[in-house]
Amino acid sequence: MKALVIGCGRVGSSIALQLDREGWEVTAVDEKEEALTRLGDHWNGGFVLGHGMDIEVLREAGIEDADAVVVATDGDNTNIVIGQVAQQRFDNQCVVVRLLDPARAEFYRQRGLRTVCPTSVAIEVLLDSVRACEVRPAEATAN
Amino acid sequence: MYILIAGGGKVGANFARTLLHDGRHEVTLIEQRRDRYERLEQELEHHVLLGDATEIHILERAGIARPPDVVAALTGDDEDNLVISQLSREKYGVPKVIARVNDPRNQAHFDLLGISPTVSATRGLMALIEHEVPEHDLVHLLELRKENLEIVEVVIDEAAPAAGRRVESLDLPEGSRLISIMRNGHAEIAVGATELHPGDQVLAILQPGKEDELRRVLLKA
Repeated sequence: MKALVIGCGRVGSSIALQLDREGWEVTAVDEKEEALTRLGDHWNGGFVLGHGMDIEVLREAGIEDADAVVVATDGDNTNIVIGQVAQQRFDNQCVVVRLLDPARAEFYRQRGLRTVCPTSVAIEVLLDSVRACEVRPAEATAN
Repeated sequence: MYILIAGGGKVGANFARTLLHDGRHEVTLIEQRRDRYERLEQELEHHVLLGDATEIHILERAGIARPPDVVAALTGDDEDNLVISQLSREKYGVPKVIARVNDPRNQAHFDLLGISPTVSATRGLMALIEHEVPEHDLVHLLELRKENLEIVEVVIDEAAPAAGRRVESLDLPEGSRLISIMRNGHAEIAVGATELHPGDQVLAILQPGKEDELRRVLLKA
């Protein structure tokens, strides 16, 4: 199974490393060369230097026969465009896109893009943590 | 008309200025950089709004839900222009959306996602530069994407098969026509009896796929 991870920052690099451990053949794409260091000294997957909006970069990274594409650059709009290109131009059936803005994530989810919104997830987790606190009424310590 | 403009750089700001000067339109310009916004606000006052035009709440504050008659996505980022166009058209039903393409290599993304019409200053400039550089045998002067037509210029040289022949005797590809001949600084409309001479600059209109055929008839044996 081949996976393409576009955007190799904190999130992308962790996904690339984990998929690699799980036996996927992974290629990471990032426009900065430093991103490669996030993958560690023993990275034996692929790495393509370039921008994910560039069709040639996507081809070089093997988008045409990738089984899964994870789009996680630091720009929501960049991710939206790359995700749609992967889905509609290269007909990839498994495209997952990270979007920080819940509103755009919802709109593009309705349009058939598989979006994941860490902001919404964080809000839920934080709310649950607050609800889980055992709040005791303030005791009258002064007495 | 209500016209919403995203991006207050040179293109967006001048477009807003022209429309406001016209006096017949209601205009809102969205700019996300504070320094630019402040400068524009002094000039265009309440017609400028500070914010990221790819954020839905900013678009809504600018009245996207009315919706505007026209949205012009003119920022310096192609991905932003694409998202603004998709939101405008598909979420709010804006009847006319015009998108700027900064990098001509991104044109394919706009086409793929059905964003049309698009305008590209870079592409237009490239055509003008090619026009001045003699190395190009066929220069694209104007692309009419919606009409699926383009206007090109070719220069007839000594060895060209068309040199010395009348327009009516040329076997021009279907879907193409010669418009005019420029010779010694004078332009004339090309008619059937017009004879082509070496050195003539010929303007032609054609469907984009017919370039090679046109080249063969006019330029190469």
